Amino acid sequence: MFGLFKKFKDGFAKTVSAIAAKTGGLFGGRKIDASSLETLEEALYTADFGVETTAEILAEIKAAYKKDKELRGQDAAAIGAAVLKRVLAGAEGVLADLPKGGPRPPGAGGSETASGDRVPPLPVVIAMIGVNGSGKTTTSAKLAWRLKQDGKTVVLAACDTFRAAAVEQLKTWATRLELEIIASHTGADAAAVAFDAWQAAKARGRDYLIVDTAGRLHTKSHLMDELAKIRRVLQKNDPTAPQHRWLVVDGSLGSNSIEQARVFHESFGLTGLVVTKLDGTSRGGALVGIYRQLKIPIYFLGLGEQAEDLQPFSVDNYVKAVFGPGE
Amino acid sequence: MFESLTDKLGSALRNLRGVGKLSDENMREALKEVRTALLAADVHFKVARDFVERVQAQCVGQEVVKSVTPGQQVVKIINDELVRLLGEGSTALSTARPLKILMVGLHGSGKTTSTAKLGKLLKKRGYRPLVAACDIYRPAAIDQLEILAKQEELDFYADRTSRDVPAIGTAALAAASAAGCDCIIFDTAGRLQIDADLIEEVKRLHAKVQPDEVLLVADGALGQEAVNVAKTFHDALALTGLVLTKLDGDARGGAALSMKAITGVPIKFIGTGEKTGDFDTFYPDRLASRILGMGDVVSLVEKAQENIDQKEAEKMAEKMRKADFNLEDFLAQMQQVKKMGSMQSIIGMMPGMSGMQLPEGADKEMARTEAIIKSMTLQERRKPDLLNGNRRQRIAKGAGVKIVDVNQLLKQFQQMQKMMKMMKGGGAKKMMRQMEAMKGKGGFPGM
Repeated sequence: MFGLFKKFKDGFAKTVSAIAAKTGGLFGGRKIDASSLETLEEALYTADFGVETTAEILAEIKAAYKKDKELRGQDAAAIGAAVLKRVLAGAEGVLADLPKGGPRPPGAGGSETASGDRVPPLPVVIAMIGVNGSGKTTTSAKLAWRLKQDGKTVVLAACDTFRAAAVEQLKTWATRLELEIIASHTGADAAAVAFDAWQAAKARGRDYLIVDTAGRLHTKSHLMDELAKIRRVLQKNDPTAPQHRWLVVDGSLGSNSIEQARVFHESFGLTGLVVTKLDGTSRGGALVGIYRQLKIPIYFLGLGEQAEDLQPFSVDNYVKAVFGPGE
Repeated sequence: MFESLTDKLGSALRNLRGVGKLSDENMREALKEVRTALLAADVHFKVARDFVERVQAQCVGQEVVKSVTPGQQVVKIINDELVRLLGEGSTALSTARPLKILMVGLHGSGKTTSTAKLGKLLKKRGYRPLVAACDIYRPAAIDQLEILAKQEELDFYADRTSRDVPAIGTAALAAASAAGCDCIIFDTAGRLQIDADLIEEVKRLHAKVQPDEVLLVADGALGQEAVNVAKTFHDALALTGLVLTKLDGDARGGAALSMKAITGVPIKFIGTGEKTGDFDTFYPDRLASRILGMGDVVSLVEKAQENIDQKEAEKMAEKMRKADFNLEDFLAQMQQVKKMGSMQSIIGMMPGMSGMQLPEGADKEMARTEAIIKSMTLQERRKPDLLNGNRRQRIAKGAGVKIVDVNQLLKQFQQMQKMMKMMKGGGAKKMMRQMEAMKGKGGFPGM
C-alpha cells in the first residue's frame, strides 16, 4: 500500500510542489488573509477543477474564514480536501473479480454443458476509446501488462486501423511486454478485427480482451458511428460485450474534456475513465469536473511512460497529492 | 452549458441604459462575467486577470452608444481586444533557404501529423520538403511519419538504429541537401516540459541543426497547463510560432490565448481535421468568438460549403421555386444536412444558441423520417398521392414505425408543399400565417 502511494506521490510530486509553490506555504500554520485567499483562488483555478468546484471550495473556505479570522492554512487545506472528497465520493472504479472457472450469471456467457463439463467463461471485453492523442494505445498495452501481472490472461485487439502505424505501435508494445495481440493492417475494418480478436480470446480461453480503437473527435458523427459498429459486431459474439467502455482522457486538457466525456457517454454509455499524462505539472483537475457532471468512475491514472506507471485511482491519494503538504 | 456571453453581459449591464458612461462601479458585475467566461474557456487564471484589467481600462469612460446595448458594446471591446491579442505578429514563415523547421510539443499533441501536413502545405507553396523522423522513443513513430511522407510524396529521412538524436538531425540535413530539398521539417518525440533530459536532448538537436522556425504543437483543448508548457518550451528553444491542433473539435480554445500571452509568439497554423489537407493559416477573429462562446458562424458556413454539394443545392432551390418538391427531394435535402454533423453540433455553432439543447432525440427523429421515406418505392416518393392505407401500412412495417408516424410525416409534407406553392404565388404574408400555425403542431421533425 505504501509503495503504491509513493508511486502516486512521485507521479504527482510536481503537482504538489506546484501548488505549494503557488501558495507559498499557505497550507501551513500561517493565518489566512485577503491576499493569501487570492493566491489560493489562483492555485485552485490553475488546477483545472473547473469553475463550479473551484467556486465551491472557495465559498466554503471564505465562509469558514468569516466565522474564524484565526483560520490557518492547514485548516483551509482541510476544507478544500473535504470538498474534493465529497465531490469525488464513489469515483473509484474497481474491476470486479472474475468468476474463475465457475458458471457465470446468465447473459455473461459461460455455462455448464449437458455433460456437466465446465465451459470457460467468455472473455471480458474492455474497449478503450477517446480523442486523438489521448493515449489509448499506450494505455491499452499498460493495462494488459497490469492484468497479466495480476495473473489474468489477456488478448489485445489492434482496432486502430486508421492512424498510420498505430497497429505497429501496439505490436511493438506487445512484443516488448510479451502480450498476445490480434492485429490486421492499417485500413482494415476495425469491427472485423474486433470480431476476430474476440473469437481468438474465446478459443484460447482468455480472461480479458482489450480493444484499442482509433482516436476520434467526439464532434465527428461518422466516426462515432464506427464505434457503434465495433460494439454491434462484438455483441454478435456476446450480447453483453464490451462490458467495459473506458474513455481515455489526456489529463492536461481543460474543460473540453468534460464535453468529450459527455458526448462519448451519450453515444457509447461509458463505464469508466482513465486519465493519462499526469506525470507533468498538470493537476488533472478535469477528472473532477467529469466525475461531477457524469459520475463515471475513474479506474486508472497514467503517471509515466513505463508499463507500471498505470496506477489505480484512489480518491484519498489524489486529494492528498493535491492538498497535502509538499514533502 | 454556457449562455452566450452577450446575454450574460446584457443582464449584468441592464441598469446601464441611460447612465451615459461606463465606469469602474457599473462595470464590476459585467467584468466578473467576462472573467468567468474566460476561465470556463480554459484561459489561464493570470492571463484572464490581465485581460480583464486591460478591457476595464478601455471601457471605463466610454460613452454608452445609443444604438446598441451596453452589453453588446462591451462585448465588442472585448472581442476587438481578443482579436488584437491573438493576431499579433506575422503568421508568415521565415524565408530562409533551405528552410529548417523544428516541431516540438507534448505527447499526443499531433506533432507527427502536423509535420506531414506542413510538408504538404509547403510543397504546394513550391518547396521541396524533407521530413526527418527524430522521434526515437514512441513505438512505430518513425513508421507513422514514413507512411504519411509516402502518401504525400515527401522526401523522408530516418535512422532506425541510431539513438543519438542530434546526429540524426545532422544526417537529415546532409540527406536533404543531397536530395536537393530546400526545406527540412524535424519531427521530434513528445516530451513533458519538465523532463530535463529530453528537453536537454532537443536543445542539443536545436544547436546542431540551427532551425529557422521552432514550432510548438499544442492541443487546442489544453487546460491551465498550457502556460507552463509554452513557457518552458519557449525558454528552452526560443519558439517562433505555435501550431494549434484538433480545432475541429468543440474546445473553446482558451489555451491559445494563454500561450500567446505568455510567449508573445504568433499562432501560425491550426489543424482542423484528420486529413493531411486539414491544415490552415490562423485567423484570430474566429478563435476570438469561439473563446467567448459566441458561436463560430464562419466555421458553420465553411462546414456547410464543404459538405453540401453546390449543384445539388441549386437544383433543390429551383425545385422549391417551382413547388415541384417531392419526398425524394426531401430525403436528399435531409441527407445533405446530416453530412454536416449532428443537429446538436450544428446548433452549437450558431451564435446565441451555443447553450441550447435540442429536445431529446432530434437526431433520432430525423433518422426515423429517413427510414420512412426509404421504405417507400421510388414511385411513391415522387407521387405521395399514391399512398393509400395499404401502402402506408406496408411502409410503417418496413420502417419499423407505427402507421400514425407515417401519416404525420405525410401531413407535414403536404403542409410544406402548400407553403411552397404560396411562395410561388408570392403570398408571403399568407405563408407567414401558415408557418405560425405549423409551429403550433410541432413542425417538421428535427427542423
